[in-house]
Amino acid sequence: MSFFKKMKEKLSTQTDSVTDKFKDGLSKTRSSFVGAVNELVKDYRIVDEDFFEELEEILISADVGVNTVMELVDDLREEAKRRNIKDAENIRPLITEKLSELLVKSDEDTRLNLQPEGELTVVLFVGVNGVGKTTTIGKMAHQLQQEGKKVVLAAGDTFRAGAIEQLEAWGARVGVDVVKQQAGTDPAAVMYDAVQSAKSKKADVLLCDTAGRLQNKVNLMNELEKVKRVITREIPDAPHEVLLVLDATTGQNAMSQAKTFGEATKVTGIVLTKLDGTAKGGIVMAIRNELDLPVKYVGLGEGVDDLQEFIPEQYVNGLFSDVVDQKAEEEQRS
Amino acid sequence: MAFEGLAERLQGPMKKIKGKGKVSEDDVKEMMREVRLALLEADVNFKVVKQFVKDVRERAVGQEVMDSLTPGQQVIKVVNEELTQLMGGEQSKIATAQKPPTVVMMVGLQGAGKTTTTGKLALHLRKQHNRKPLMAAADVYRPAAINQLETLGKQLDMPVFSMGDQVSPVDIAKKSVEQAKEEHQDYVLIDTAGRLQVDEDLMTELDEIKAAVQPDEILLVVDAMTGQDAVNVAETFHERLGITGVVMTKLDGDTRGGAAISVKSVTGQPIKFAGTGEKTDALEPFHPERMASRILGMGDVLSLIEKAQTNVDEERAKELERKMKTNDLTFDDFLEQLSQVKDMGPIDELMQMMPGANKMKGMKNLQVDDKQIAHIEAIVRSMTKEERDHPSIMNASRKRRIAKGSGRNIQEVNRLLKQFEDMKKMMKQMSGMQKGKKKGGMKMPFM
Repeated sequence: MSFFKKMKEKLSTQTDSVTDKFKDGLSKTRSSFVGAVNELVKDYRIVDEDFFEELEEILISADVGVNTVMELVDDLREEAKRRNIKDAENIRPLITEKLSELLVKSDEDTRLNLQPEGELTVVLFVGVNGVGKTTTIGKMAHQLQQEGKKVVLAAGDTFRAGAIEQLEAWGARVGVDVVKQQAGTDPAAVMYDAVQSAKSKKADVLLCDTAGRLQNKVNLMNELEKVKRVITREIPDAPHEVLLVLDATTGQNAMSQAKTFGEATKVTGIVLTKLDGTAKGGIVMAIRNELDLPVKYVGLGEGVDDLQEFIPEQYVNGLFSDVVDQKAEEEQRS
Repeated sequence: MAFEGLAERLQGPMKKIKGKGKVSEDDVKEMMREVRLALLEADVNFKVVKQFVKDVRERAVGQEVMDSLTPGQQVIKVVNEELTQLMGGEQSKIATAQKPPTVVMMVGLQGAGKTTTTGKLALHLRKQHNRKPLMAAADVYRPAAINQLETLGKQLDMPVFSMGDQVSPVDIAKKSVEQAKEEHQDYVLIDTAGRLQVDEDLMTELDEIKAAVQPDEILLVVDAMTGQDAVNVAETFHERLGITGVVMTKLDGDTRGGAAISVKSVTGQPIKFAGTGEKTDALEPFHPERMASRILGMGDVLSLIEKAQTNVDEERAKELERKMKTNDLTFDDFLEQLSQVKDMGPIDELMQMMPGANKMKGMKNLQVDDKQIAHIEAIVRSMTKEERDHPSIMNASRKRRIAKGSGRNIQEVNRLLKQFEDMKKMMKQMSGMQKGKKKGGMKMPFM
């Protein structure tokens, strides 16, 4: 089946509210990034070297990342040559297709790895300072709670002033228990307690907060490894997910974060926060292209419900809905 | 490699033209391509990069070749100068109102580090300027934000003004200034909630706070890891509020910090401070000229010297310098140095500031934590006087004894001995570099 038609079909299985959330959340990226591509197509009409150079700039300005952009544009050049595309208007679907290919990998499961009924799922959140780990946990707790799961939170950020209180505030707001100790305690000890407590409460999901840390601080990364070890000691196959929280406004350093945290804690997925605020959703593409890590959740707004499971097709559609609709129709007819 | 620094990236093409007597236009072009990619990879905004590359190319190909420089040096000089220019020329200080209190508003996106920076700035004002700051908790939105500032206040023994989270931030700001006046505090630092620059309601709130308290300084707090969007953030906040300065946070990470260049160039406002660590005293005045030369791989020599001056006993330093040069450093010196260095801050941070350190093998990922230092101290303290003075006499049985005495294992003792030798070698190299410097004036280490 053809590419866009397949995508359309996947989209039709989802509710309109999800589709709208993605469209709304990506509106800034769409207007700046896709808008720029459209302008470019209008300005050039004919595809030449200058065209590709400007396209390069547009992609870079969306934080797609120099390496990925170079690959992508080289690819486009060749493909345009091969298909003998000279008209700039005709290259627009091609750009969409190439970017979509980066995002939509069919064999990948982007859903949270939840354990079967009756077993505890442990999710560990890691990331640098200020990306929104605690907020993400609060929102995810709310969602899981809504789904009827019993959730416990572990206040593992014992370093930053006010972090424990912040998680407690979320716990109270959502109505879930928070396991905590005093500020300054060894976070590994908090995790131990939390696992015990979650077990005895027969909780379904334990969401573990950790202090933000810059990935080049070796001792802090070691501490994180220890936290993880303690969890694994209590439940051998836990943590079932290690989610790296990334701020969408981050530039190329996001790659360094994903690599280093990935090595230290075997990250299983990425949560991309603050996507609604940035006009540059491009880092998603760089991550997908250069790292073997699925994006599992995206933050599309400040509301509790704005943390969304990442659905690549929705993301593409959120950006290029006009192209997707049009091409799917064409493919349908042919 | 994906994460090579701006300095490393630039050093490649610069080396290429280093030996040449003449630089062709093609050379410049190739170099500028590398410069462009490096700057883009460092998250400098692409528009800024475009202009920068254009300026440098014009100047580099243009007339200004001086007699004393090779054309290669000339290009590097231009890159360095333009970069310094772009970063804002000279260091600039925090404002002081004619009539206290000086009102400072902290603004920025969520997670940039406003609250932490507020605490750090308060400490800086007290420590370096002998001022009495009052911190005002005006972030009523993020859960426990007020609590965070209060906790910081307790840690630093600094007054915090708060009215809970049910009061409008405008009122909190107003009342905090009134209180500062009454209690004769000379600075009020208003910690506002993080917000997106496109959030109309919250941006209006900032307008109102500004109108209510007439701040002397509006500091935009920017995460150094910010990508291309840094330009939009800075532009919008500046247009809206007229910021007077910028604080770059998280500069102790491995980010290349291109955002600094972008922010500076779109707002025209100086970067006043840099956040360089998690501890509350990790806030430093931002030195544009030093940052530029750090980016170019010249090392942040000046910062290092300044840091050392405030902490190290000068006479001891002179003695140490003599020993470094003559290469008869002993373990006793090492121990003493260790304790002084510990007072200065993290060693890896210090190393990054040294010229050429990022090119030295094994230095790039050098990491030392406090526990390791304690272990090293234990090992050295288990040595006899003779062993400390003449490490060359070390043999297997001595090593065994030292290991036992210090509670560490032999591998660690060996490693330390090896590191000590390496360090001596490095010191020798560095003192060589310093000598070269005196002769050649401002010569760059890679030339």
